[in-house]
Amino acid sequence: MNKVDTTTSPRVIKNFFSQTIVLAQRSLVSELRQLATVLPGLLFPLLLAFTYTEQFERVLSLPGFPEVDSFLDFLLPATVLQMVSFGASNSGTELALDIENGFMDRLLASPVARVPVLIGRVGGSALLAGIKTVIIVLVFLADGAQIASGFAGFLVLTLSACLLVVVIGGLSQILAIRSGSQEVVGATFPLIFVMIFMSSAFFPTELMSGWFKQLAEFNPMTWIIDPLRRLMIVGWSWSDAATALGILLLGSVLITGASVRTLHKKLGRP
Amino acid sequence: MSTQTLPKAANGISLSIAMAVCRRGVLRVVSRPTLLLPIVFMPVIMLISFTGAFGSLTRIEGYGSENIYDWMAPYVALQGSVFAGVFGSASTAEDFETGFFDRLLLTPGSRSSILLGTVLVSAIRSLFPTVGVIIVALLGGLNLSGGLPAILLLTAASALMASVFCLFSLAIVYRFKTIRSLMIVQLVAFTSFFMTIGQVPLEFMTGWLHQVARFNPTTNVLRFARQGFLDGITWELTWPGIVVFVAANAVGSVLAFRSLRRIGS
Repeated sequence: MNKVDTTTSPRVIKNFFSQTIVLAQRSLVSELRQLATVLPGLLFPLLLAFTYTEQFERVLSLPGFPEVDSFLDFLLPATVLQMVSFGASNSGTELALDIENGFMDRLLASPVARVPVLIGRVGGSALLAGIKTVIIVLVFLADGAQIASGFAGFLVLTLSACLLVVVIGGLSQILAIRSGSQEVVGATFPLIFVMIFMSSAFFPTELMSGWFKQLAEFNPMTWIIDPLRRLMIVGWSWSDAATALGILLLGSVLITGASVRTLHKKLGRP
Repeated sequence: MSTQTLPKAANGISLSIAMAVCRRGVLRVVSRPTLLLPIVFMPVIMLISFTGAFGSLTRIEGYGSENIYDWMAPYVALQGSVFAGVFGSASTAEDFETGFFDRLLLTPGSRSSILLGTVLVSAIRSLFPTVGVIIVALLGGLNLSGGLPAILLLTAASALMASVFCLFSLAIVYRFKTIRSLMIVQLVAFTSFFMTIGQVPLEFMTGWLHQVARFNPTTNVLRFARQGFLDGITWELTWPGIVVFVAANAVGSVLAFRSLRRIGS
């Protein structure tokens, strides 16, 4: 088992990937089996988006509001990221459940490398996030929304959604490893809710004022949503695509590294 | 545990049992203050988020108020009270999971006393989000032109909304006996509040939302609770709210009591 951690022969790499895929499949199947918990996370952001579109029509004429045909165009990236965020901590909750019911101990006793245990689970959630993003975009397009940057913009949006799951999922896994409790992981939900509402998700920061505007401008969620929004309503821009993906990629690498370190630390390994 | 084992006297409501259930619920909150966090923290965060993000709405002609706190505070306080109602029934779900509820059913009183006690706890709990929201709104710049009567009206509305949602949640919990089942009520609560005049006046809404918000009973509840914060209290805005409270509490009571009676039968 130690060999897996220290050697990098092709066979080890192959094992690493096959283990990751198997564990990602397990995570995906587990989420799909609980559609009752997946669906509200998909329906609620959609409901919120369509409600806001009908109630904020007059806002479009406010000086400082970006030029859009409909509030729906403005909301697309925020709705996708909100939907993804709601289900993102599932990988942490599932990990905590495995710790609580002892499955994690059995998994660690098996000849499986440590890293796939974490990456596989997040990978399954990220794949599901990609599927949900496609559904949301199709619903928006059917209702008349437009993506100014075309298919490339859609790809960036989908990739961003998947990477956001890796970031939030990784954080929830760190909590799960440290606490071993589903309840503690579940308690992070209000924080995600706060981060979304205190950003430019539903209103541009140009129309905010005072300390709230500063808070929203310093919120990393704004750094991701603003470039994605420009891709949706202005057009293709390499710098916007690189900004959104770059921030999320950096976050994913750092947090995945931290979660692997936390697991090794918990198991008493260097 | 079944209804047959209960004594004949169990048909009427026993106030002492209702008060004991209520006292237990209050003590539970006092001994575990973390239980209050979601019902106080979430509405306060919503208040800060909505007033901060949507503050510029007051610049649009025809918006219901020049002060965003006057518009949003009653809305958010009512949402908090709904959470208080739902969480009140979550304690019952926990009692089912631990087996305590079976012992409670063995008490020599009517089942409606247990129901009444649980609803009373929820109504009391609704005070926490209401007070929390008003304090934060005052710090933010709430005008509170209606003074004490406005606060009293909002408090009454919060308590009554908490009891409505507690009753509907209990109807579900008595049937499914799990905390998870409450997700349905939470979704209904969120939906009914978002499709109303919570964030903008009815005149701002277009399309299907305008019609839904017009006929949504929660709109009348909001008008009832918000009037003291805007143009003053009038009977015209008060009576439709009272009708909704009475009707919703009556329907909720029937549903909850029917589910409660079915337990063990």
